[in-house]
Amino acid sequence: MLEKAIREELRAIVGEKYFLDTPNELYAYSYDATPIFQAMPDAVVIPGTVEEVSAVLKLANTHGIPIVPRGSGTNLAGGTIPVEGGIVLNMTRFNQIYEIDKQNLTATLGPGVVTADLHQAVEAEGLFYPPDPGSMRISTVGGNMAQCAGGMRGLKYGVTKDYILGLEYVLPSGEVLRCGGKNMKDVAGYDMTRLMVGSEGTLGVITEITVKLLPLPESKRTLVAYYTNLVDAAKTVETVIASKIIPATIEFLDQSTMKVVDDFAKLGLPLEMKSMLLIEQDGPEELVVRDIEKIAEIARQQGAAEVQLAKTPEEGAKLLAARRSALAALSRLRPTTILEDATVPRSRLADMVAEVERVAEKYQLQICTFGHAGDGNLHPTCMTDERDKEEIHRVEQAFEEIFHAAIRMGGTITGEHGVGMAKMNYLDLKVGEGGIQLMKRIKAAFDPNNIMNPGKMFANSGRRRVVVKR
Amino acid sequence: MTRTNQELLAKFNMDEIMNCMHCGFCLPACPTYRETGLESQSPRGRIALMKGVANSQLTVDAEFEKNMYACLGCRACETACPAGVPYGSLVETAREVVEDHKKSETKPPFLRQLVFDRVFPYPERMKTLGTVLWATQSAGLQTLANKTGLINILPREMAEMQQAVDKIASPKERKKREPVMKADGETALRIGMFTGCIMDMMFFETNQATAQLLTKAGCDVVFVENQVCCGALHAHAGEKNGAVELAKRNIEAFERAGVDFVVNNAGGCGAALKEYHHWFHGDPEWQERAMAFVAKVRDANELLAELPPLTFTKPLEVRVTYQDSCHLAHGQGVRNQPRQLLKSIPGLELVEMSGADNCCGSAGIYNITNFDMSMQILDGKMEHVKKTKAHLIVTSNPGCLLQMKKGIIRAGLEGQMEAVHIMDLLARAL
Ligand SMILES: Cc1cc2nc3c(=O)[nH]c(=O)nc-3n(C[C@H](O)[C@H](O)[C@H](O)COP(=O)(O)OP(=O)(O)OC[C@H]3O[C@@H](n4cnc5c(N)ncnc54)[C@H](O)[C@@H]3O)c2cc1C
Ligand code: SF4
Ligand code: SF4
Repeated sequence: MLEKAIREELRAIVGEKYFLDTPNELYAYSYDATPIFQAMPDAVVIPGTVEEVSAVLKLANTHGIPIVPRGSGTNLAGGTIPVEGGIVLNMTRFNQIYEIDKQNLTATLGPGVVTADLHQAVEAEGLFYPPDPGSMRISTVGGNMAQCAGGMRGLKYGVTKDYILGLEYVLPSGEVLRCGGKNMKDVAGYDMTRLMVGSEGTLGVITEITVKLLPLPESKRTLVAYYTNLVDAAKTVETVIASKIIPATIEFLDQSTMKVVDDFAKLGLPLEMKSMLLIEQDGPEELVVRDIEKIAEIARQQGAAEVQLAKTPEEGAKLLAARRSALAALSRLRPTTILEDATVPRSRLADMVAEVERVAEKYQLQICTFGHAGDGNLHPTCMTDERDKEEIHRVEQAFEEIFHAAIRMGGTITGEHGVGMAKMNYLDLKVGEGGIQLMKRIKAAFDPNNIMNPGKMFANSGRRRVVVKR
Repeated sequence: MTRTNQELLAKFNMDEIMNCMHCGFCLPACPTYRETGLESQSPRGRIALMKGVANSQLTVDAEFEKNMYACLGCRACETACPAGVPYGSLVETAREVVEDHKKSETKPPFLRQLVFDRVFPYPERMKTLGTVLWATQSAGLQTLANKTGLINILPREMAEMQQAVDKIASPKERKKREPVMKADGETALRIGMFTGCIMDMMFFETNQATAQLLTKAGCDVVFVENQVCCGALHAHAGEKNGAVELAKRNIEAFERAGVDFVVNNAGGCGAALKEYHHWFHGDPEWQERAMAFVAKVRDANELLAELPPLTFTKPLEVRVTYQDSCHLAHGQGVRNQPRQLLKSIPGLELVEMSGADNCCGSAGIYNITNFDMSMQILDGKMEHVKKTKAHLIVTSNPGCLLQMKKGIIRAGLEGQMEAVHIMDLLARAL
């Protein structure tokens, strides 16, 4: 509970309407899209201006109150769970696009703009903002940035960090800073912009974002290839890239995922197949056609049982939409769906999928795998029931093995979802003790009182997965 | 926790609640979330609150009640949800829990009791209400009341909404209705009309038009006796027992009438009629009877789209836009049929508005119980309507029709635009 005087001050800063602390409101911000984790905040504050953000932070900093910035709460790392209580700072009112600069090919916007709304706005001008996380119709650009979200176009176009040019952000002291800007080249000092991207709300609060835009590709084509085994699918991915074609998207679905997605989206997929690849290329018509035909040929050579070209853009869009709903559709199977985010170099894709299968078998769990095959980013997803403590324990063990396998193969513990609470106990596997110490010193420089999203990113206990209830 | 508390919490189906993986896919579909930006006003948030109550982490209090009733029940979230969470039935259970809880603590408020226990279950009383309304309108009392400020005696919300009510049919007209309307030409099907309580009172002519269309399509139309209100309003308001009673009476009435299909023209009633079998869990005999009944229920749009195409002799040179009824689109999955029917009218031009299947804010009696939010949503809707430059807004549900009439008044478009039920429009072109 916050002291009465502090509550009064917060009310005075943002106004009565935007300060919430009734039981229902607090409960509604005690979770995000991450399964199992939950903890209650002491208050929810919804600021409308950078001055308000600054005033809230200053107050919190003085009194040592935790601040948990929040976009749409779709992250899968427990990033917005107020584990140590404090204030959930809901940034959804920062939902304006201030400018689309057609000369410099940039857009400047509030962090609360929903990703798909940004897409729509720039595409109306013939421009293109490539990052497209599966959650784009819900997630905010601020949340994408803070998590450095990836998406299905990562292979050719990169991820969120490749499009953030400049920022305005607020430090816990209340100081408002800017970094980067519209310059494509900018090497004045440390790259603070890059540092803020992926900072997961632990360094400061982002209040304005300038993103880079591209010309909208003229056309796109989609292709599906079905395989009777996993290795041929992985070989297709390798061979396509080795032959110097970089498709916009290569998505992978294993058999169990195919079944569920088909049941949900009624696509009529050949469910006897072991896996499928969904490949999309965009760009000038001629090139796209040439690439897609070449890819189809490679897929056949590498043993695809069936290769289909989407006849119309609508058909292609429908297939990709189905892939986007994979996670949510999987959740129909059991009460709790735990999605992980292990990533390996592309060349180890088949090994990794096989490893996941082995681990699932060993621990007697149902794990489906799908993901961004083009960039080695896999989402082994376990369907379980959080009420069954014994099973959850096996899930923890299974994922621990999967992470170790990823690291062994030269991969990483998370490709796009971030560390948050879900992965903090594995961060050392990837960056080492020295890396953690350096990161902690950076955090202390920004946030000496540790009020920014405390209890995230850095492990404070020996336990691997923590289940928090309050 | 008290024993009654536990009993009422046991009503929640924990598995269904747990199936919500809080992915948030439903957020952008939800009108109340779009208006407020608040998690507690989103489907994901409301389900979480239910979970909180079911786990005893939250109490069934005034705040919980407010949040459950702030939902329109439009079920757009169900369409959006890839996990297949049956939100509509969850929120009904939540309201039932609220109402049970209140009953165990206090007496229900008089007005509520009046409406749910004393009027809706009795067709005769609904008819009387209709006659009184007609008499008031005919005697010009409404105008008088408007002018003198007598209107202020009514709660503001009701007074506001009655602005949109058109003149209703006279008792004499009602009496003229024959119990069976014969098919034009050869009889293909015997149809039981579900007349609906409010529908038959306020939109008597729309029911007549529907029956006329069906006879043209080769059906004998029976105005089944002893039918009662569908129970949707009861169910949405947490009055489960009342709803179940009404469902039983309807099932019996239509069984006796021996019809091939049970046809209605109100999206909200239709969705409830199609869900009767879910209301009888733990009562196998009634559940079976309900299933047989449900198998026969069709929306008028649905059935007309399946029957041989109607021949329209009067072309209508108008530009129309179609406002989906939530319970027809999200609840029953009927989206294309009304559009196809509209397009089959010669001369008619259909212009889609953006977000046609977003709730208009009417939602049963929501526009009276949550007037301000309802109007906020309606004003947003009217912006989209305006952009279509349509002359007519077509709907498939009485509540939506009233709301759109109100919207036209609010947007200052009286005289330029008209709201009409699809059955009336189709009948105009016959
Ligand atoms: C169905 C589904 C599919 C998904 N698909 C993908 C995918 O393809 N790729 C991918 O990368 N992720 C994916 N995600 C994960 C999630 O959508 C992303 O992490 C997304 O970027 C989170 O955005 P958000 O607005 O919901 O942020 P939130 O979840 O609210 O917050 C995420 C983090 O950002 C911080 N934050 C938010 N706003 C600010 C701010 N203004 N200033 C500072 N910090 C802030 C928060 O503190 C938190 O640490 C998916 C999630 C779901 C449920
Ligand atoms: S109701 Fe469905 S769409 Fe909404 S959060 Fe739950 S699972 Fe996701
Ligand atoms: S029924 Fe409609 S108003 Fe209610 S939560 Fe679902 S989308 Fe929102």
